[in-house]
Parts: sequence; C-alpha cells; structure tokens
Amino acid sequence: MPEGLRVIAPGVASTLQDAGRPGYLRYGISGSGAMDPDLLALANGLAGNPLDAAVIEMAMVGPTLVCETEACRVALAGAPFALSLNGRALDPFTAHDLRRGDRLTFGAPRQGLRACLAVAGGFAVAPMLGSVATHTRTRLGGLDGHPLAAGDLLPLAAPAHRDRPLTLPPAHRPTFGGPIRVVLGPQADGFTADGLRTFLSEPYTLTARADRMGCHLDGPPIAHADGFNIVSDGIVNGSIQVPGHGRPLILLADRHTTGGYPKIATVISADLGRLAQVRPGETIRFAAVAVAEAQAIARAARRGLAARLAALVPAGGGALDSAFLLSCNLVGGVVSARAPDPAP
Amino acid sequence: MSEPGYRLLDSGDRALTVELGRAVDPAINARVIALDAALRGAGHPGLLETVPTYRSLLVLYDPDLLPRADLAALIAAHWPPPEGAAGSLRRWRVPVHYGGAHGADLDDLAAGAGLSPEAVIALHSGRDYRVYMIGFAPGFAYLGGLDPRLHASRRTDPRPKTPAGSVSIGGNQTGVSPPLELPSGWQLIGRTPARSYDPARAEPFLFAAGDLIRFEPIDRAAFDALSEAARAGETVATLERIDA
Repeated sequence: MPEGLRVIAPGVASTLQDAGRPGYLRYGISGSGAMDPDLLALANGLAGNPLDAAVIEMAMVGPTLVCETEACRVALAGAPFALSLNGRALDPFTAHDLRRGDRLTFGAPRQGLRACLAVAGGFAVAPMLGSVATHTRTRLGGLDGHPLAAGDLLPLAAPAHRDRPLTLPPAHRPTFGGPIRVVLGPQADGFTADGLRTFLSEPYTLTARADRMGCHLDGPPIAHADGFNIVSDGIVNGSIQVPGHGRPLILLADRHTTGGYPKIATVISADLGRLAQVRPGETIRFAAVAVAEAQAIARAARRGLAARLAALVPAGGGALDSAFLLSCNLVGGVVSARAPDPAP
Repeated sequence: MSEPGYRLLDSGDRALTVELGRAVDPAINARVIALDAALRGAGHPGLLETVPTYRSLLVLYDPDLLPRADLAALIAAHWPPPEGAAGSLRRWRVPVHYGGAHGADLDDLAAGAGLSPEAVIALHSGRDYRVYMIGFAPGFAYLGGLDPRLHASRRTDPRPKTPAGSVSIGGNQTGVSPPLELPSGWQLIGRTPARSYDPARAEPFLFAAGDLIRFEPIDRAAFDALSEAARAGETVATLERIDA
C-alpha cells in the first residue's frame, strides 16, 4: 500500500513547485518555480528541509489533505489561509506533526493569495529537466505536469531528522502591500512621455485573468510611441508587456519565453513575491528605480530572508539544534540553490 | 553606447537585452547566434542563461558574481563576434506529411497563392531554412527563409489548439511545433512525426537557434510508421553536419 499525503480536494490552483528549472529558456522552457521564492525558503526552513525542496504552492483556496502514513510534519508559509487540522485552527508559519488519518484543510486566505506547504523530508517525486516545478501548460514536472487532483497520493521522502517543530515568531512574518518597483525598459522608448507618466502615476487593478503565467491589469491605457508590434525577443519573470489596448500584462514564472509586444518595464526581482500576493480586484501602483538600486534592494531582501530564517525557534520555546542552523547556512545568507552566495 | 552595432537594454535587475537590430534579418540573426556562442564560450559563472532571438540576445546574469558594468565589458570584449563562431553548421532533415487532416489550411493557402497544393509542397520542402529562434513553447522553431510566394497572413480567428508537430506558415515565417497541442493563428500545412521536444529523451531538444532545417515530404503510411518510432524514443529527423 503506497503511503503519503492524499489529496481529498485540490483547491483552486495547487501545484508542486521548487526553485524552478533554470537553463532551458533558450529552448522555450519557462523557469517556473515558486511564485514567491521567500515563501519556498521559509516553508522549507520551518520543515527542516533544504531551502529549495519542492513544496505544494496553493492560490486562492488551498487543498484538503489526509495523512496516509504513520507520521509527517508539515509547515505553511505565506498568505494566512484558514488552516485547520481535524477542524481545529492551526497557526501558519509553524510546523505541525500529523498522524495517520489526520485531515488538513485550507480555506481561503484573509489577505494575500499564495502560500507554500512544505513536508519534512520533501516529496519523493522525480525531477524533470532538473526540477520538480510543475508547468501545467506543457505537462512538465510535478505529478505528470498536472495540478493536484482529488485522489492523488503525494509520496513523501524520509525526513533527515526529527526534533521539535519550528515556528516563525509573528514579528518576523512577511507583510503584504506597497508599490511594485520596476526598472524601465527594455522597450520604454516604445512609449510616449505621457504613456510612461500614466504607467508610473495611475493605479492598475488585477483582473480575473491572473495565474502563474501572468496577470492582466486594468486601468488607464498607456500610449505607445509607434505601434505595438515588435519583432519577438526574450521575456523574463516580471516583464511588463503593453499590447495594443494599452493595458499592461505582467509575465510571471510560467510565461512564454519570447514575445512580440513592447515591454515598458520589468518588476524588480525583490518585488516578485509581493506581486504574487495581489488578488484579482486589488490595485497596484508602479514605481521606477534604477538598476543599481534594484540590485541593492535584492541584496537587502536576501539579508531579510536570512534574518527570518535565523529567527525560527522551536514552537513552545527552547533552543534550536545546531544541525538545523547549519543546514540553513545563515552565515552565507544562501536562500536557494539558484542564487550563489553573494561576494562579501 | 556609441555606435558599437548593438544597444544594451535592461530587462530588470538580473537580465540585459543585447539588441542588435529591430527587424527580421538573416545577417542580424547570424550575429546574435555568433555572439551567443562567444559569450557562452567565455564560461563566466555569473552569466546564468542566454536566449538568442531573431534580433537580440537576452542575457540573464547574477549581479553579485558579474556586476552589470563587467557584463557590459564582457560583451564589448566579444564584439564583433567572429563569423561562424559556432564552428560548424547542422542541418536537420525533417519528414513532413503535407495536407489532408495534417495540413488543414494547405488547400486554402495554395488557392490564395494561385498555386496547386503540390506546388506549395515543392516550394516549402525545396530549400533550407534557418532556425532563427526557439520560443513561445518548448522546442517551437521559428524558421526564416520562406519563399515569398508562400507568405500568408495569420488566421483572423486563431485556433485554441493545433495538432502536435504542426508545420505552419505565419506571415513570412514558417515554423515547427513541438509534440504539444498549442494555440496558434498560423496556417497549418503539414505535420511532422519528429518530436522537437521530448523531456523523456536523453537529448530533450532537437533544434537550436542557428541550425538549418530541410523538410522532406512523406506519405500518410510513412507518417504513421515514423510516429510510432518517435513515440518509442527514436529521433526520426536526420542530422547532417556541414563544415562552415
């Protein structure tokens, strides 16, 4: 009898994700991976895993899961989904031990949109092209490229060690909101001065067309300088295209790798996670920063994540074991296998 | 940038677009591919990924290992890229079953061009195409060099799903789909049993930007037999190396 976590109800858009699938953009393969890399790291940190291990990423409404193995430890990081174990409310940002038959349910979050659920030891799912990240459009990664479905059994790997479950004290938990910072370009010169002003001064509302590929925004149209067709070139996570109707479209983790609409700006890497928490119907504003500033913000964000990981404590008080602290590599501030240690 | 033949355009804080031109032009594309080969050959650990396209090279970098100014200097040091930097050319012979259920738009396209379907097939298969870029979807190859008589506008009503392995024409381009059902507004003229992308294969991708492709017409029976072989993991396109 296979054992693991059984999916009773999948939620709205639950997929297995990890730090993504680098190296294949030149072949048309999206990087994919967790929409908020910090949540991936925090959920794994809470579960005592390598920080880039695969997790269940959920959005809007989370799944219902039943533990079909002797014991497993889970940890949620992200938007405050209504999380309960056998009907009893649980604290997010805290690891919890489940026993056989325990039922874990997630409602909708009070604010924010996405969260990551890690399992101690990780999921025993074979990577495809170097990653477990699910890309549903091309059936890559995860469970045969599909989102979680009712009846799926998620096989678990054995956890490395078991000590007391960890928690992230409330003062250290991430908050949402604030402007989304961008670097203008690469085709900012494809827009009029008025168009750029509109983009940077007006509020834009996320429409219902918002998923892991990208989000369509509604708001005042942005004026192109000369047409809206360019010969296709490369698209990164956070590229903001403006099609003919003048309303921006932000391309995200599961995007097409190339495209033919001018790109007015790119969301800075440090703000992609915050953007991933904006719900359809909510409004965002854009603010431009220089490249050097965006890179400084990214370094500060990595230090912030390292501080959060360093703030993890055993739930109920006490001290952490040194093996866990070493596994987080707090000194170097490593946050993922994809981002090598910054030079001092 | 003072007249070096390219512009450096920021794509956020971790990527730079090296724009060599703004048009679909074989000379520009050849330079993109040569610059890509030269930069990859430099093997800098801070240079994470590159994406060659029609007219630009997207360079993803780690600013902590490779500061933007150093990346700009690295690009300048490899400019202009040597002709034929890739060393040798590769040509793929790709079998295609044209028309019928596998090329639903062939007859209309032929009528629009004032040609017989057979003449369209002869024109389409009678020449080498250059892979300008891989994009849109895994392994989708955008090809340049289509005979002007075969240029055809995109459909006003794009299909939400086109068959796996579709060979199609959109404007002045032709393309080969991977074995995935993709949305497309291009005119479908045939289908190849070859799988340009198969994550289960040791070499998941057949084509790379800069390769040449020549289509070889096959009949329905050959299509079915080769499809079976391709499903079993065989590469049913043939690779030829051509010394530059």
